[in-house]
Amino acid sequence: MSLHTLSVAELSAGLARKDYSAVELTQHFLDRISLSNPVLNAYVTITAERALADARAADASRAAGTAGVLTGIPVAQKDIFCTDGIRTTCGSRMLDNFVAPYDSTVVERLSAAGTVLLGKTNMDEFAMGSSNETSWYGPVRNPWDHSKVPGGSSGGSAAVVAARLAPVATGTDTGGSIRQPAALVGISGIKPTYGRVSRYGMIAFASSLDQAGIMAPSAADCALFLQTIAGFDPRDSTSVERPVADYAAELTTPVKGLRIGIVKEFFERGLEGPTGALVNAVLEQYRALGAELVEVSCPSLPLSVPTYYVVAPAECSSNLSRFDGVRFGHRCENPRDLMDLYKRSRGEGFGAEVKRRIMTGTYVLSAGYYDAYYLKAQKVRSLITAEFKAAFTKVDLLIGPTSPTPAFDLGAKVDDPITMYLNDIYTIGANLAGLPAMSIPCGFDGHLPVGVQLIGPHFGESRLLSAAHAYQSVTDFHRRIPAAYV
Amino acid sequence: MSLTRPQVEGIAHLARLQITEAELPVYVDSLSKILSFVEQLSAVDTGSVEPMAHPLEGESQRLRADDATETDRREKYQANAPSVSGALYIVPRVIE
Amino acid sequence: MNQQSVDAGWEVVIGLEIHAQLATRSKIFSSSPTAYGAAPNSQANLVDLGYPGVLPVLNREAVRMAVKFGLATGSTIARRSVFARKNYFYPDLPKGYQISQYELPIVAKGALDILLEDGSIKTIGITRAHLEEDAGKSTHEGLGAASGIDLNRAGTPLLEIVSEPDLRGAKEAVAYLKKIHTLVRYLEICDGNMQEGSFRCDANVSVRRFGAELGTRCEIKNVNSFRYVEKAINYEVVRQIDVLEGGGKIVQETRLYDSAKDETRPMRSKEEANDYRYFPDPDLLPVELAEDFIETVRATLPELPDEKADRFCSAYGLSRYDALVLTSGRDLADYYESVVRAAGGIPAAKLAANWVMGDFSGALNRDNLEVATARVSTDLLAGLLARIQDDTISGKIAKEVFESMWADGASADAVIEAKGLKQITDTGAIEAAIEAVMAANPGQLAEYRSGKDRLFGFFVGQTMKATAGKANPAQLNDLLKRMLAP
Repeated sequence: MSLHTLSVAELSAGLARKDYSAVELTQHFLDRISLSNPVLNAYVTITAERALADARAADASRAAGTAGVLTGIPVAQKDIFCTDGIRTTCGSRMLDNFVAPYDSTVVERLSAAGTVLLGKTNMDEFAMGSSNETSWYGPVRNPWDHSKVPGGSSGGSAAVVAARLAPVATGTDTGGSIRQPAALVGISGIKPTYGRVSRYGMIAFASSLDQAGIMAPSAADCALFLQTIAGFDPRDSTSVERPVADYAAELTTPVKGLRIGIVKEFFERGLEGPTGALVNAVLEQYRALGAELVEVSCPSLPLSVPTYYVVAPAECSSNLSRFDGVRFGHRCENPRDLMDLYKRSRGEGFGAEVKRRIMTGTYVLSAGYYDAYYLKAQKVRSLITAEFKAAFTKVDLLIGPTSPTPAFDLGAKVDDPITMYLNDIYTIGANLAGLPAMSIPCGFDGHLPVGVQLIGPHFGESRLLSAAHAYQSVTDFHRRIPAAYV
Repeated sequence: MSLTRPQVEGIAHLARLQITEAELPVYVDSLSKILSFVEQLSAVDTGSVEPMAHPLEGESQRLRADDATETDRREKYQANAPSVSGALYIVPRVIE
Repeated sequence: MNQQSVDAGWEVVIGLEIHAQLATRSKIFSSSPTAYGAAPNSQANLVDLGYPGVLPVLNREAVRMAVKFGLATGSTIARRSVFARKNYFYPDLPKGYQISQYELPIVAKGALDILLEDGSIKTIGITRAHLEEDAGKSTHEGLGAASGIDLNRAGTPLLEIVSEPDLRGAKEAVAYLKKIHTLVRYLEICDGNMQEGSFRCDANVSVRRFGAELGTRCEIKNVNSFRYVEKAINYEVVRQIDVLEGGGKIVQETRLYDSAKDETRPMRSKEEANDYRYFPDPDLLPVELAEDFIETVRATLPELPDEKADRFCSAYGLSRYDALVLTSGRDLADYYESVVRAAGGIPAAKLAANWVMGDFSGALNRDNLEVATARVSTDLLAGLLARIQDDTISGKIAKEVFESMWADGASADAVIEAKGLKQITDTGAIEAAIEAVMAANPGQLAEYRSGKDRLFGFFVGQTMKATAGKANPAQLNDLLKRMLAP
C-alpha cells in the first residue's frame, strides 16, 4: 500500500471509509522515517510513541463519530514550534536539552484538530540560513540528490514532505524559509499574510517578518492545513482579528479573468537559464487558463535583500538575548563570573551564522549607526511595501521565480554569507511587506525541481491557493516523488 | 564599510558573545562585507518616507483585560534551568 | 550644609525619575498576579521568564492608569505611543531587554505645583511619563559567591515619571516627590509603598555657578524613603562642590546611596557606558487611544489634592498648612470630612482638623495603622468632639477619653461614663475645691496676693488636681481670678 502517495483529502477519505486506521497510517510513516531519516537527517526528534498515542486517540475519535477532516492525519512540526513536554531545539546547541513547557498555538490547533505528531524537523539554527547547513544537528539532504541542500531554513520540513516521510509539515518563513526549500525539493509551500497565523510559541527570529505556514505536496493539502492553523490568537498582539476564509471551498475558484502581474524586476537580473524558461512556461500556462498577464514594476524590490539584512539581524540580536544561560538553554561549565557566564554560554551555544547575525544586528542598532542603518532600512521597507500596494491596485496576484537556482551543492555557499543571502532575493519582498506568498513546483532543471512563486495582497491566501490549484489541476509536478522515495 | 578588530570585539562584548582569537578575523571579514553590502541603502532617496516597523498597516495594539489568571507553575518552568536553589535561579554573584 | 553651598555661589539642579508601580491585578504584559511577597518565582509565568516563543499582550488597566496620571497633571496624552526595547544584559532582566517607551511616550509635557518652605508656589515641569515593565530581584544572602534571581517582580507595570531639571535643592525635590506620592495614591494608580519598592526614585543631581551652563550630572539610585532622598541629594551636592572647588571634574555616572554610611558611591555594575540600542518592539503594535477612551478615563478622575486643599481652605476656613496636611492622603481627607459632617458641620471644622491632624494621625503613626483600620470611626470621633463642644469634658480629658476609644473602640460617652470623667461645671463644687487649695497653701496665696502673678498657674494646677482634671477650665479660671484677688 502506498499511503504516502495520497493527498491529505484522499487520506482523510480513506480514514473515514476505514480503509485503514490512523494507527496503520501513522505506522506506515514511522516505518518510512526509520528507514530514510538516517540518510536525510530531516527529523531531529522522532516522536513515535506520541504519534501512536495521537493515532489511537484519532481512531477513538473516529469511532465516537467526533472526527474532523484532519483527524488521524500525520504531520511533522518544524523544530521551531514549542511542543509541551517534547524537546524543542530550534536547530541549536543552545536548546539541545530544552523541553518546552507549553504548546505553540500552531501545535495546539493541529493537536485539537486530531492530527498526529510524527516528530520535529531539522532546520537552520534559529531559522537563520537558506541551506539547512547552519543546524547544530548537521545538514539535511535533498531527497532528489543527496549531495544537494534542501534549502532553508525549513529544510527538514521540506525534505520530509518531498521524501513522503510525512504528508504535511509546518514551516516558518522570515525571508523565504518556507518557499525557497519548497522550490528546491519540488513541493508546495505557503507563507500566509503576516498576522494570519499566531506566532505564539514559535521561537522568534525576526518578529516583524516571521510567519508560520504549511508545506505539502499540493496547494489543496496546504489549504486544508492552513485552515486549521490560521486565525486570531489573543496571545499574539500581532495576530489579526479577522475571519478566516474557507480555503477548501474557494480552492476551485477559476483562474479565468485573474489579473496576474509579472514583476519586471524579478525577470531582469540573473534569471537566464532553465529557471527563467520554466517560470516563463508557467506564465503561458496561466494565459492558457484564461488569466490576464500584466507587466508591473516594483523598482525598489532589488533593495529588499540589503533591507532585510539590516531589519532581520536587528530584531534577531534582541530576540536572542534571552538565551543567557540563566533560566533555560546552554550554560558553560564553571563560569568565573557573570560576564563569563554570558559570553561563554552564548559563544558556545550559538553557531557561527547566528553569531554573525546577532553582531550585525547589534551594530546596526548601536549608538551612532541606528539612523544610517536601521532607520534607513525601515524607510526603504516602506518604499517596497508601497510599491507592492500600488501593484495590487492593477493586478490580483504577482508572479516570479522562487529561487534564482535549483538546489546547490552542500557546502557550496557556507563560507560566503552574501552569496547565501542572495538566495532569498525573490522571496524577501513578501516578508518585508507582510504579504502572503507561495511556491509551487513548475518543472525540473535536469533532475532538480524548480519552483514558481505567487504573491498575493494582504489576506489574499484564498486567491493564491486557488490559482496554485488551477495550475496543479493541469500539471503533475507536485505529484512527482524522488525515485529513491517512491 | 570595513570594521576593525577592536570594533568587532566591542560588538561581540555588547552582544555578550565569546569570540576566539581564531574566529575574530573571520568575523571582521564577513561583518565588513555584510555592512558594505547593506551600505547601498544609503544611496536611496527616502525623503519624507515614514519608517515602517510593522507590516500591519492601520492595526493598533489590542488591550488585554486586567485578569490575573496565571497559577504557580514554577517547578515545571524551572525544570529547564541550569542551576536552581531554593526556588531561585542561581548565577555568579551580581555586583552592584 | 546644602544651604552653605548655595551661599557659596553654587546652584543645585535636580531632576527626578520616579518609578510608580501601577496597582493592577496582573502584570503589564502577562496574566501573572502582581501581589507582593509571594514565594520566589511563583508569580513568574512564561512571558515574565522570557521563555522562547512567548509574546507580550498589553494590560488595558496599565494604560488607563497612565492616562489618568497624565490627565491629573495637565499633560498631553499621546494618541499614538510606541513601546520600544531597551537592550542590556542583567540576570534580573529575563529577555535581555526591557520593554519601555522611548521616542513616543504615552504622557508628556505636564506640570505640578509644589509649596515651598517660604509659602510660595513653584511649578515643576513633568517632561514625560511612560509605561514600562519592572525587572526581577537579585538576592545574595546565604548564597556565597552566587546570587539568586527571583522574577516575581519582572513584568510588574511601572509608570516612570520624569521631571524637568526644575528642582533647586533637596527640600524642593522632596516636596515634589511627596506631591507625586500623594497624587498617585489619590488617583489609586499606585499604593505608594516605599518599603516594598512600589514607589522609587532616582535623582539626577548637578551643580553649577549661578548663570552658568548645566553641570555634569550624576544619577543617584536606590533611594527608598523621603528622608534618604533628602540626605542623598545633600551628600551628593557637597561632594560635587568639593570636587569642583578642588579643581576636579564631575564624571557622569550612576551612584548608589548607602543609607548606613550616609554617602553615595559609584555603582560598579554600571561602570561601562551602556548602549541600550532602543528600537520599536516588533511584538507590540502602536498604542492608539481614541478620544472616548481618554474621556472615559477623565470621568473617573477624583478631586485632586490641590483642588481639595483649596476647598478645605475656603469651605472650612482652615489654614493652608492644615489643608495640605489633611489632603496629603485621600483617605485622611475623606475621614476628616466625614468627621466634620457627623460633628455638625462648619462650626466643628477647626476642632475636627486639630483632632484628625493631632491625636488621630499621631495614633495611626504610632501603631502603624491605616485610616481604614483605625478603631475610632468618624462617628466615634465626632461623638468625642460633641462632648468637648458641649463642655461635658475638657480638651485635656478628651485626650484621655480618645486613648480609651482608640484601645477598645468604645464611644466617648461610654468612656466618660465608665471612668467618671464628666466635667465639673457646678460653680459651688469648683469654689469648694478652690477654697480647699487656698487653705492648704497659705504661703503661695500670700505671695500671689503680694503681686507674684506667675503663681496663678500653680493654683490652676492644684485645683485641677483636686478635681481630677474634671473642672471646666474656663469656669475654673474665672472663679480663681475672683477668689484669689486680694
